[in-house]
Amino acid sequence: MSRLRQLWVCYRLQLKVMMFSPFEGFLQVFFPLMFATAALLVYRVNNDPEAMLYAGIGAAAMGIWTSQTTTAATLVQRERWAGTLELVVAAPTPFAFVVLPITFGMATLGLYSVVAVVLWDWWLFDLPLQVENWPGFVLSILMATFTIALFGFLLSVTVVRYRTAWAIGSALEYPGWLLCGFVVPLALLPGWVQPLSWARAPTWGVQAMRASAAGESPWFDLAMCAAVGLAYALLAAWLGNRLIDSARRHATLSLT
Amino acid sequence: MTDPQAAVVARDLRRTFTTRQGMFRQTHKTVEAVKGVSFEIAPGELFGLLGPNGAGKTTTIKMLITLLLPTSGSASVLGRDVVEDVREVRRRIGYVFGGDRGLYERLSGLDNLRYFSELYGVSPREQKQRIGELLELVGLTGREEEKVEGYSRGMRQRLHIARGLLHDPDVFFLDEPSIGIDPVGARELRATVAGLREQGKTVLLTTHYMFEADELCDRIAVIREGEIVAEGTPADLKGLVSAGRVLEVETYGVADAEVASVREVPGVRSAIVEERGQVQVLVVSVEPGAEVTQQVLARLGDTRVGRLSHREPTLEDAYVELVTGADA
Ligand SMILES: Nc1ncnc2c1ncn2[C@@H]1O[C@H](COP(=O)(O)OP(=O)(O)OP(=O)(O)O)[C@@H](O)[C@H]1O
Ligand SMILES: [Mg+2]
Repeated sequence: MSRLRQLWVCYRLQLKVMMFSPFEGFLQVFFPLMFATAALLVYRVNNDPEAMLYAGIGAAAMGIWTSQTTTAATLVQRERWAGTLELVVAAPTPFAFVVLPITFGMATLGLYSVVAVVLWDWWLFDLPLQVENWPGFVLSILMATFTIALFGFLLSVTVVRYRTAWAIGSALEYPGWLLCGFVVPLALLPGWVQPLSWARAPTWGVQAMRASAAGESPWFDLAMCAAVGLAYALLAAWLGNRLIDSARRHATLSLT
Repeated sequence: MTDPQAAVVARDLRRTFTTRQGMFRQTHKTVEAVKGVSFEIAPGELFGLLGPNGAGKTTTIKMLITLLLPTSGSASVLGRDVVEDVREVRRRIGYVFGGDRGLYERLSGLDNLRYFSELYGVSPREQKQRIGELLELVGLTGREEEKVEGYSRGMRQRLHIARGLLHDPDVFFLDEPSIGIDPVGARELRATVAGLREQGKTVLLTTHYMFEADELCDRIAVIREGEIVAEGTPADLKGLVSAGRVLEVETYGVADAEVASVREVPGVRSAIVEERGQVQVLVVSVEPGAEVTQQVLARLGDTRVGRLSHREPTLEDAYVELVTGADA
């Protein structure tokens, strides 16, 4: 109970840290909107409303993916630069519970991009969302956002050891689009990359969103999404502890 | 011989750092930052760790607060081992370092305190009152809603102190808290630290300022190049030199060779040169009963000499003598 409260308060405060700058808030929607526009302009050539919807949903997910991978990779690094990493590590709260609210904060920003993209598609391309199963759809969006954020968490503890963390984040951005089947159907990819896609929680999230929109059952995709997401969370928590231990051994917590 | 009641115990603590240099052909360099440091701090004691830059003060503190693993040796805080019992140690200590980093710039002072209260598991019921009290203690009441971005250095430092005290720790570690603070702020800070001791908290303080250590500390350890070279009350340390006197000679352009030859004079314990504006003051520590003035002047040769004076040794003299390694 008190842990939940802690996560909630830390989440709200971290969200404040993230939302402070209007410029960053602008970037958070600007890039996703540009991607969505480009995707839809390409798909419009075919004049196929179903393909448009496919691309519309994909572009929304792409928005979160982009904002998450680039910022998540530097998540722990930013705390280090601010000199707060040492202090949060010195607190008795396990490190995973420090990073989790930050991850949720990023997921929230991702959600904000999704909503912005959907509204934009609607306004600019007259692409109303035709959703058969609204509860399933909303749940799928939440799951997709959430697992992308968990992936961000995993990414941040994996790459923080390297000073070039941000470059890895950017490098993941484009392959991510393809592997998660955001705008290109996964079936078009060569067979050997498919297992890679299955290990990506967002792949399942996006499939669940599309299934809900088309009125099919999203539950299998959602369950897969949750399972993969949970695996990310556990792996990240374990790596996070390893990271802190290593930092205590190699004196890399402060780097001043 | 370890006193089971001691609040902090360090036993032969050592820490080496390996740094890498170069991009392509990497070479490893090993620095021995702390070379076997041992001390004990009694509950309620204010203990000072004094030493020049790079002596290993911060490294020692970081091992005690579980942020760095010792290379060898052991330490415990309130009877808990700092390597084995990390959670419990963290719960019961507070840590504040000098300088203006370590705060969330984009949050208000109050939100910074709220965030760390949560991380330290301060219960929601206590939080509000505790934060209010601490803001009062560090004199930030009324400014707590402002973003930290706009805080002055002194305000940040005071916010740090409040942050370190949120969970009412029994042992408080202060690493150069007065760095970059104006004299009035530093005096208030000393009052705050003295107040902590009144409350019965155990405090480990590092500082470069001698009068700060003299005024505040019950006991001081002087650390030089990773080793403790002296330990005792401020009076004990002064006693190391106070049996003698200090001779100060104002000179205009004294040469190193002359200073070296002054050190050779029988009865001279140490001699250093302090720049004071236009003049270089030769500070000579003299053994009790020795009369060296004439000989010192003779060694200075043709160097132009100004005022001459004798004074009682201060803690600073003791410190300078210890850290410049004038061990005879
Ligand atoms: N993370 C690190 N990696 C490599 N060397 C380090 C690291 N931290 C400290 N050192 C080295 O260890 C030695 C002791 O440093 P430390 O910071 O403990 O000194 P200090 O007494 O706190 O000095 P100051 O008064 O300047 O704060 C120095 O030579 C320093 O260069
Ligand atoms: Mg230091």
